[in-house]
Amino acid sequence: MSALPPARGSKTSDLDAPPRRLFKSENIVGGQRELWSLLGLPLLIFLALPIAALLIRSSPVELLGNLSRPDVTKAIAVSLKTTLVSIVGIVVLGTPLAYLLGVRSFRGKRLIETLVDLPTVLPPSVAGVALLVAFGRRGILGGWLGDLGVDVAFSQLAVVMAQTFVAAPFFIRSAAVGFAAVDRELVQAAMLDGAGSWKLFREVILPLAYPSAMSGAVMSWARALGEFGATIIFAGNFPGRTQTMPLAIYIGFEVDLNTALTLSVILILLSFVSLWFIRLLLSRDAPEAPTSR
Amino acid sequence: MAAAACGPSSGGSAPGGEPVRLSVYAAASLVEVFGEIGQAFQETNPGVQVLFNFAGSQQLAQQIVLGANADVFASANPEQMEVLVDQGQAARQDVHVFATNHLVVVFPAPNPGLLMDLEDLARPGLKLVIAAPQVPAGAYALSFLEMAGESTEFGHEFRIAVLANVVSQEENVRAALSKVELGEADAGIVYASDAARASNVGTLDIPPEMNPTVTYPIAVLRQSSNASMAHAFVDFVRSPYAASILMRYGFTPVER
Repeated sequence: MSALPPARGSKTSDLDAPPRRLFKSENIVGGQRELWSLLGLPLLIFLALPIAALLIRSSPVELLGNLSRPDVTKAIAVSLKTTLVSIVGIVVLGTPLAYLLGVRSFRGKRLIETLVDLPTVLPPSVAGVALLVAFGRRGILGGWLGDLGVDVAFSQLAVVMAQTFVAAPFFIRSAAVGFAAVDRELVQAAMLDGAGSWKLFREVILPLAYPSAMSGAVMSWARALGEFGATIIFAGNFPGRTQTMPLAIYIGFEVDLNTALTLSVILILLSFVSLWFIRLLLSRDAPEAPTSR
Repeated sequence: MAAAACGPSSGGSAPGGEPVRLSVYAAASLVEVFGEIGQAFQETNPGVQVLFNFAGSQQLAQQIVLGANADVFASANPEQMEVLVDQGQAARQDVHVFATNHLVVVFPAPNPGLLMDLEDLARPGLKLVIAAPQVPAGAYALSFLEMAGESTEFGHEFRIAVLANVVSQEENVRAALSKVELGEADAGIVYASDAARASNVGTLDIPPEMNPTVTYPIAVLRQSSNASMAHAFVDFVRSPYAASILMRYGFTPVER
């Protein structure tokens, strides 16, 4: 939106009048645009159809009626509470790690990056089993936690841990990219002006990395909201305590489709809105933050 | 005439050497026993391949209602079979009970909850897992507590106290057993057949008068494209040979 010099922002200058060369090359592809749309269509339909079907199958009246059912409200409450705690924990504990990975270079960095990425590709059920053998009653830390009086099994803490395990990588990766993209010269200039390291971080680096970190946090939250496999294995399923929306959908699907449909539609709307929000945030505030590594 | 005569004999065997695939949807509690029965059936019927889909009965019934391509359905309770009969997916006269089962209480071998008898289930702070009420095993567990609550031996308070100890309603009976085997829970209510195959668990019996009889109905589905082979499989499950396998896995067989 701001009048950036087109020479630098070539990647996102589609909002402003594009430079000539870009215009021309686009014209060449433009001739085949219909072919490309045709080729892209099948997968797009495949992705959109199940979502559309869910929305079509659920009437708004029934949906609102189901919203007042105790099992539905309980699941929504558990989901909102646990994901909120998870995302605060992820941001607070994840920011130092993201900063380290984004700014510093050190031995073993690749290994740590791979470790951080791992939960995103693991089947959530594997995450659940892994959490069990680590923090379960007979897990590696289980006895020690038990001595401290912390009983993780079947508690909301277990739900938060499952969500944090699978969702944290999204925030860490995105925030790290944001930190890495902060202009070094700007940082050095601020240092010359006598900014201390905390002040530097808070007033220079954080505002610049903010859009990436924010989109990572929203992405992380959306992932935590959808977490299912690790939760049902590690935290169990009890309405009002550990039964989150995805668990209620799974259990509900087997008895009455209505509960499942209502919660599915709510989840889809929440996820869609948050992903949409990320797009807006990235396209408006940070025209060049992502992928400028 | 000649063609009609050779029709039935070629009906079961596979044209061109391709195996006849029989899709059997069976309750989660039947995993091991049906695995073995299916193996035996394949050995006596060369050219037939039995493919199982194991899950909670209610989930399977939903899948079939929503159009899953199954030949045979074996349920852990009559209600889920009834769903399919009501929907016209199975004929009532085709539904047969082939086995019964009952509930037991299981606990991890070190017995962290110090369970000595059923009354201990009511002790405050004990961690008890059952299957979700939507799952047959969970519904049966609740009806056991119902019957115990009405009995003079245990009484109403027992039922309330036990229900307060439930920390998780697991998605199926095997998940409940796993939580006990892992030692995450102090006790669980599962089928005798599950307990019979479990390692490192102890069991407490539930008195027969308050122990719901779990019946397993099986039926060939109307939509089956291999109806004759599907009927052969159901007959096999109800045969004396399968009965011996069922018994070995902790079930009580019901023969034809």
